Amino acid sequence: MAGNTSEKWQGGLLGWIDARFPLSSMWYDHLARYYAPKNFNFWYFFGSLALMVLVLQIVTGIWLTMNYKPDAELAFNSVEYIMRDVNWGWLMRYMHSTGASAFFVVVYLHMFRGLIYGSFKKPRELIWIFGMIIYVALMAEAFMGYLLPWGQMSYWGAQVIINLFGAIPGIGETVAIWIRGDYVVADATLNRFFAFHVIAVPIVLLALVVLHILALHEVGSNNPDGVEIKKNKDANGIPLDGIPFHPYYTVKDIVGVVVFLIFFSIVVFFMPEMGGYFLEANNFIPADPLKTPVHIAPLWYFTPFYAILRAVPSIGGSAFPGVLAMALAIVVMFFLPWLDRSPVKSIRYRGTVYKVWLALFVVSFIILGWLGMEAPTELYTIIARVCTIIYFAFFFLMPIYTKMDKTKPVPDRVTS
Amino acid sequence: MKKQLIAVLLVLAPAWAFASSGSGMHMDEANIDPNNKASLQRGARLFVNYCLSCHSAALMRYERIGKDLGIKDKLVAENLVFSGGKTADLMTVATHPEDAKEWFGIMPPDLTVIARARGVDWLYNYMRSFYRDDSKITGVNNLVFPDVGMPHVLWELQGWQEAVVHTVKSEDGSETKAVSLELVEPGLLTPKEYDRAIRDLVNFLDYMGEPAKHERRALGVKVIMFLLLLLAVAYLMKRDYWKDIH
Repeated sequence: MAGNTSEKWQGGLLGWIDARFPLSSMWYDHLARYYAPKNFNFWYFFGSLALMVLVLQIVTGIWLTMNYKPDAELAFNSVEYIMRDVNWGWLMRYMHSTGASAFFVVVYLHMFRGLIYGSFKKPRELIWIFGMIIYVALMAEAFMGYLLPWGQMSYWGAQVIINLFGAIPGIGETVAIWIRGDYVVADATLNRFFAFHVIAVPIVLLALVVLHILALHEVGSNNPDGVEIKKNKDANGIPLDGIPFHPYYTVKDIVGVVVFLIFFSIVVFFMPEMGGYFLEANNFIPADPLKTPVHIAPLWYFTPFYAILRAVPSIGGSAFPGVLAMALAIVVMFFLPWLDRSPVKSIRYRGTVYKVWLALFVVSFIILGWLGMEAPTELYTIIARVCTIIYFAFFFLMPIYTKMDKTKPVPDRVTS
Repeated sequence: MKKQLIAVLLVLAPAWAFASSGSGMHMDEANIDPNNKASLQRGARLFVNYCLSCHSAALMRYERIGKDLGIKDKLVAENLVFSGGKTADLMTVATHPEDAKEWFGIMPPDLTVIARARGVDWLYNYMRSFYRDDSKITGVNNLVFPDVGMPHVLWELQGWQEAVVHTVKSEDGSETKAVSLELVEPGLLTPKEYDRAIRDLVNFLDYMGEPAKHERRALGVKVIMFLLLLLAVAYLMKRDYWKDIH
């Protein structure tokens, strides 16, 4: 070790690694010299929060897996075993079940941010597409995870959703059996859902998150003004309105994380069932293939789509049109970057027409979400149909109303 | 945009109000007190004496009850464990499912998490709503759970109730029929004492549904206090870093 300390110091461990792996350059490219607009507001917390919830779900999930038994005979009891006999098992379980709902809260707010500030518009179409695939993967992850406690709602919720595939003309029933691995939801279904929930989908999710962030860092972040900060750079090529993500946004996001954790803890420690919205009462009854619950509703984050499914009248006794509408309700979101013809990105510089449509869309989405939890009545069906029409009109009429909308002039630089 | 949102919500408000009304019979509130250890202990005693002969609580261990409700292990063994097992055992029953089907038409459900599935109010009303009905094999029926397979196990405590149908005149003059229960044969307990006993039992069932509830809330207070402290530090750090950014 004696002698050439100075040379060692220059190179050091970091130098040794950098010669073999782009550690420093990754640090600079994605954190210390990634220039983000300085005018991020409240809505920009939810991206980093989504990442944190993902990590939280993976970590709590690993610990749950240590004691959970993916077996139709044992699953229900193993969850209660975790809740009672495993040290801190109840905490892991509640963090995981609350985390599932929190993930959707955060992701819906993150997506809404995209809608109000036009973050999906050119040149960020791929970020939006990757994000949408993450959203779909997340729905698959949540759906399959919800079967695992093997309660009545787990069982019958899965039964209802898988039966939707059975509505596909011709091949439907074959597809449904292929998914279940049995004629009804059974042990085979539980095992494969477990495999997808703990291995397949999380890997896909992690890969997609990397793609989502790489695409973002390639083009740079949008901001509440919808101004491209790369258009105004100083002599060193640094955007005038940009600040390094680290330390500025790392310290800011830590504040967001702590605030989030406070709300998260209120649910985990004081209202883990969240009045039946996060953990349903019926799911404390073990799955019984012979006893159909009177009222089957999916968890809240799926209910807008479930309401659309029920709102569409069936043709010749087949629910296929509803299934198609439900699928379309998700698929249409992928095309948002090309449906929006407005010359401006941010809602700050858009006209009244877009604002009204967006408000109508948000209200319809929330009403649909609520209707999806209720048993259908004549009145509800009418409301659901109106909301479904508004939902689709928001997308299908977008090329027209965004083009005719009167926009305001966009400033050159971000406003504070 | 906010104004428009509020306007839309106001238009839709009647639909929301309409949706929240409804639901069937009147339910008395259970008013349990999870912090009342004496009540929980009385509930535990009722549970092992009357329920645990047919219903299991197979996800719960006797010793956990002792630990949480402050009952010494020796007392748990003497007063709660009737199966001849150890206090570390799960609270199972010896009833064979085939026999149970013959006796009650169904295997009595496990009660470990029944309070989470049914809710405490439902249980409180259910246990007070048995009445004589000779058309049933068990000789009883239940207002809350019509045609239930379970006999009135606590009859010696409550006595016997009978259903009385009476006509209720509403303000607009239309007549509706209502059923209420009347005690025709007193039991060992007065109605007030019986209600209290059921409250104790439901309190215990609620505890058993989630034994960690007390610990959860206690920890939650500490966690949130820590997070509030952390928030102050995090905010000051953010403000310090950002003081040059305009």
